[in-house]
Amino acid sequence: MQIDCDLHPGLEGTRTTLLPYLDDHWKEQVLTRGIDGLDLQSYPPSMPLCCRPDWRPKTGKPGSNFDQFRTQALDKFGSSHGILNVLYGAQAVHDPYMASAFCKAINDWIATDWLSRDQRLRASIVIPLQDPELAIEEIERRADDKRFVSILVLVQNEDLLGRRQYWPIWKVAERLQLPIAVHAGSQYRTAPSSIGWPSYRYEYYLAEAQAFQAQLLSLVLEGVFGKFPKLKVVLMESGVSWLPAFMWRADKTWKGVRVEVPWVEQPPSQLMREHVRLTAQPFDSPPDRDGVENLIDQIGSDRMLLFASDYPHWQFEGDAVVAPHIPPDIVRRMQTDNPLETFPRLRAN
Amino acid sequence: MSDVLDRMDDDTAIRNEARSKLKIIDCDIHPSLRSREDLFPFLEKRWQEHLKTYGGHIRSPFTSTTPYPRIAPLISRRDAWPPTGGPPGSDLTFMQKQHLDPYNVEFGLLQVLDLSIFSQVNLELGTALQYAINEWQYEAFQRPDPRLRASIIVGQDDPQAGVKEIERCAALGRHAQVNISPRANEPLGRRKYWPIYEAAQAANLPLGIHVGGYGGHAPTASGWPSYYNEEHHSNAQSVAAQLSSLVIEGVPERFPRLKFVFIEGGFGWVPAITWRMDQHFERFRSEVPHLRRKPSEYVKQSFWFTTQPMEEPETAEHLRQVIEWIGIDRLLFSSDYPHWDFDDPRYAFRTPLSEAERLKIFNTNARAVYRFD
Repeated sequence: MQIDCDLHPGLEGTRTTLLPYLDDHWKEQVLTRGIDGLDLQSYPPSMPLCCRPDWRPKTGKPGSNFDQFRTQALDKFGSSHGILNVLYGAQAVHDPYMASAFCKAINDWIATDWLSRDQRLRASIVIPLQDPELAIEEIERRADDKRFVSILVLVQNEDLLGRRQYWPIWKVAERLQLPIAVHAGSQYRTAPSSIGWPSYRYEYYLAEAQAFQAQLLSLVLEGVFGKFPKLKVVLMESGVSWLPAFMWRADKTWKGVRVEVPWVEQPPSQLMREHVRLTAQPFDSPPDRDGVENLIDQIGSDRMLLFASDYPHWQFEGDAVVAPHIPPDIVRRMQTDNPLETFPRLRAN
Repeated sequence: MSDVLDRMDDDTAIRNEARSKLKIIDCDIHPSLRSREDLFPFLEKRWQEHLKTYGGHIRSPFTSTTPYPRIAPLISRRDAWPPTGGPPGSDLTFMQKQHLDPYNVEFGLLQVLDLSIFSQVNLELGTALQYAINEWQYEAFQRPDPRLRASIIVGQDDPQAGVKEIERCAALGRHAQVNISPRANEPLGRRKYWPIYEAAQAANLPLGIHVGGYGGHAPTASGWPSYYNEEHHSNAQSVAAQLSSLVIEGVPERFPRLKFVFIEGGFGWVPAITWRMDQHFERFRSEVPHLRRKPSEYVKQSFWFTTQPMEEPETAEHLRQVIEWIGIDRLLFSSDYPHWDFDDPRYAFRTPLSEAERLKIFNTNARAVYRFD
């Protein structure tokens, strides 16, 4: 058994792929207004990162050819399960009703055109985080289908995920055993860090790591894990090697100023080790074996890392899905035990 | 942190320790104005009146305090308030007695945060203030105690005025570095700021970047957080992002002799951002053809990091690993006196260092960067 926790099916467009899944109102809107091309600014399809050259389909967007996807992402790496995370702009539009309609269409498309065509596939529910009530509506609409194993949000949003306005969503997620998959990507509302808008996509991609840090800190300090003790958060495509130093600083600052957040009763690192998981591609490794082993030791838990190829994104060459030098016992946990613990719905079916 | 404060009561122990130990170069000491009127001798009448009437103007909701209330008044140690009155850092005699003498400080780099000069949105006011503060630091601290070394504070968002100020100060030969803020209107790698780097390199002065300031942007990628804790942590994120901005825009490629010092950002984040830059370099190389070498090579060439706030992993060995990843030659001791999260040089490193290593971190690394000879 091997579970690939981060796969990206390609979505051609709103007027093509999603049209059959929209209601009459939104069909008309999409057609008369030409609403299309919502590929996220974070992931322009032709950018090298977005598709390994040998995985790029002859026609269409990266990851959009179902047969190729199945062969390359599942058969080749021998994965028994794969979790689909759709990165398309529904989460980033400003109109909450449009966001909701597009999220519904994406989820229904995934259920019909993907999950039903291969037993190995699972998916995250894409939600309109722009409006928590509509987000909950969508989660509850799809939750009976146990092939949906998590809830997908982007890491860069209008507000930090620990904020109380999102708590009703986290409450539903906890009740329905759906971890929150926070994936790299941006709504492009605020700059990717306090320094402002960088020139290059390269910098923007690097800055995602800091965006993840801010979200983790927010979830911990606002008390989300105390309020929802069974909630798990999965950081996807975030890099891993920043984690230890981040946890040290989070612990240190918490010791110094914990009077500000008296409801946080455990060191942040402890809460993170308990509630937070990370997909391990990319890993952003130290260059040598000792470095990687030291880093794994610093992470201080064998439960946090999850196996992921990030297909079709270009993170590694050949079959080296797992970054070099990660000890074999950790790799084994990444492939099976950790995903099963993280996504309870994987255990049920 | 509070245990460090408690130990500070033991003045005798500090003096005994200092006598037998090496001299320290402290790369982050915060002097303070007693009041804004301290600047008046260096300000035209117009700007004196302006300050009295309008105050400064920064992107922050309050006129007289920080957007996130700090954990202590004026962000300072409780024992750092001078008996003569005035805010912590404003009384040189008290600073000498409490910090410079007992810790055997050979040189102390001054970092002035008063009036957030980097972040004044009225650029003309900013220019007047930077002149005043650069003169005041020298007159009030460096001239009476030459151990203390002033920094040329430059409001980076008027680079033209900044260059003039760097050239003016450099001609006087008093200041030890140029200072700009990591929270500028744009990422510091952008070409808009290159004239500042050119002037600093021409003057043979390092470029110090001390955390803080009020740029045009929220502290996080998802807006404004709730707590001081989060804002404090965003300091480390800001310098990590600036490191990648400077490297990727090609600043060390264009100004290879310019030395950058990141101040009060800690250093635990340095290895991971460096690995991350290298990891994704090949993938994005076609976007940044101006880079001729791997990002990590530019980091090794051009960047130094002050040590406070000290990293405190659960296991001492992990601190050692991080120091080795960065390179012991790259770390410069800083105390952040008189602020609440002050690092005491006796206790800050919770991992064993050899005498040779201590000498580097506490003295000779900074001596070389700042050319104190």
